[in-house]
Amino acid sequence: MAILIDIISWILLLAGSFFCFTGGVGLLRFPDFFSRIHAASLTDTLGAGLILIGLMFQAGWGLVLPKLILILLFSAITGTTASHAMAKAALKSGLQPQVVGSVKSESGGAPSNS
Amino acid sequence: MFYSLALSIMLSGFWLVNSGHYNPLMLFFMLVSVLFVVFLCHRMDVIDGESQPLNLTFTIPTYWLWLAKEVVLANIAVARNVWQGPESISPMLVYVKAGQKTDLGMVIYANSITLTPGTITIDQQGKQLTVHALTREMAADMLKGEMDRRVSRVEG
Repeated sequence: MAILIDIISWILLLAGSFFCFTGGVGLLRFPDFFSRIHAASLTDTLGAGLILIGLMFQAGWGLVLPKLILILLFSAITGTTASHAMAKAALKSGLQPQVVGSVKSESGGAPSNS
Repeated sequence: MFYSLALSIMLSGFWLVNSGHYNPLMLFFMLVSVLFVVFLCHRMDVIDGESQPLNLTFTIPTYWLWLAKEVVLANIAVARNVWQGPESISPMLVYVKAGQKTDLGMVIYANSITLTPGTITIDQQGKQLTVHALTREMAADMLKGEMDRRVSRVEG
């Protein structure tokens, strides 16, 4: 049983590390600021998430488990807020995103191209 | 009063989880610090339905599960784009209308967009959100508006 938990935990930790690494590679490879933020959000979400879940398996039932859950919750909320703040600051200071086009939808449901 | 009570219970729970020391002296310190924080929040006038969104308690867990699934799928898609290189991306700006009634609902929607890799809310004017999407497909998914409908349903 203990070995099974160890295996699951290691798979999660390695998968998380892979996403963190991928996020780092994307940060270097993507062309402009806004597309780089997308790469960084890989590290934020599944990267950190899988590592924390892997650590939860290592921690077992105890006080450490709820703390890890809280870290997951707070990192999810603060990570998005920070990404948004950065993107908005870049936009407001005049950095235009390199895009291939833009679309607009009036209502949530019916898309219309412009 | 109701919201102050809810805040006290939540703060006490937070303290108990983070402490691990349960002797009477420490519990007395917990009581003092919780009362002090509630007093501060009361003075700042931030104790209301917006800082304590209790009406979402039963609707938001299902939404979180759905969002977690979306985040995992989006992570895999963006990871694929990273390894395929910069030629595989086609950044788009998407202007979507948030269908939520309250500010809190809009914050949940905008933050969910940002949490999902491949889409980031970069601006908001009135009810219109400006979203930067990494590829055309992600922009198209955004326009389908499923997340918008789900957040509106959570909001009740």
